[in-house]
Amino acid sequence: MSTASPVEVDPGLEQVPEHDEITVLATPWVTIVWNDPVNLMSYVTFVFQKHFGYSRKKAEKLMMEVHEDGRSVVSTGTREEMERDVQAMHEYGLWATLSKSE
Amino acid sequence: MSGFTRHRRSRRVIATFTGFEADLLRSLTGQLVELLRNEAATVDDRDPFEALMDFSGPTVPPEDPVLARLFPTAYPDDDEAASEFRRFTEGGLRDGKAAAASAVIDALEEAGLPPLLEEDGLVIDVELDEPDAMTWLRSFADVRLALATRLGVEEGDEEFWWSLPDDDPRAQAHDIYEWMGALQETLVDALQS
Repeated sequence: MSTASPVEVDPGLEQVPEHDEITVLATPWVTIVWNDPVNLMSYVTFVFQKHFGYSRKKAEKLMMEVHEDGRSVVSTGTREEMERDVQAMHEYGLWATLSKSE
Repeated sequence: MSGFTRHRRSRRVIATFTGFEADLLRSLTGQLVELLRNEAATVDDRDPFEALMDFSGPTVPPEDPVLARLFPTAYPDDDEAASEFRRFTEGGLRDGKAAAASAVIDALEEAGLPPLLEEDGLVIDVELDEPDAMTWLRSFADVRLALATRLGVEEGDEEFWWSLPDDDPRAQAHDIYEWMGALQETLVDALQS
């Protein structure tokens, strides 16, 4: 992968603070995918699209975070939902963990 | 190696392998099945009676580094939650990965790969529908993780592998690992197209 496109902030996100607060209170868990030297960038992107239904652009952004920062939060939700996501990532051979959202 | 492509009309994912390549894929996936089924889930060090009465699944990471990589610890900072998660998921994950690897072997044999490859010039045509192609894709990831763990592949270590003499067995194993990577890349491309 040569260059990563700059990250665009979704302008709609900042306009709904009340919704965000509620979401944070109700869903304090995250799934984290960690970098590994083995899985192909194209494969990791494809897994994010396939499992989470993310657009190719969003999946590539998350993949680049994993690759460059060593980790990325790929989903947020209840503990049970995150356990299902982590299990699915392990099915695909990705190194994933879950923890409480910071 | 031309790898996988999407057949335009049938939408199937297709590939043509030499007998040697198909035999190599069968050998690698076969080893994965052996490892997944033979290495018993690790016994923990709890009270023996308690451990005996709780046979639903393993609670500590596998000792084999390949299996430890295939079944990572889900809660890095919470041993108890990690054990519970492992107890409920590792068995199913193991079965799924073994079944996927077996599916690759079955498809290769159905496509004409004989139990013992003796014939020269054998060509194996594989045709996969979408779910089967996804199964192959996942199994390729598992095989590559297994090879890389055994070899000790690290980020940015290409120079080291290239510097090894051709007759070094590690160089040969790394060539196979690279080949699996190139093959998996074509499979991702085919599924994306």
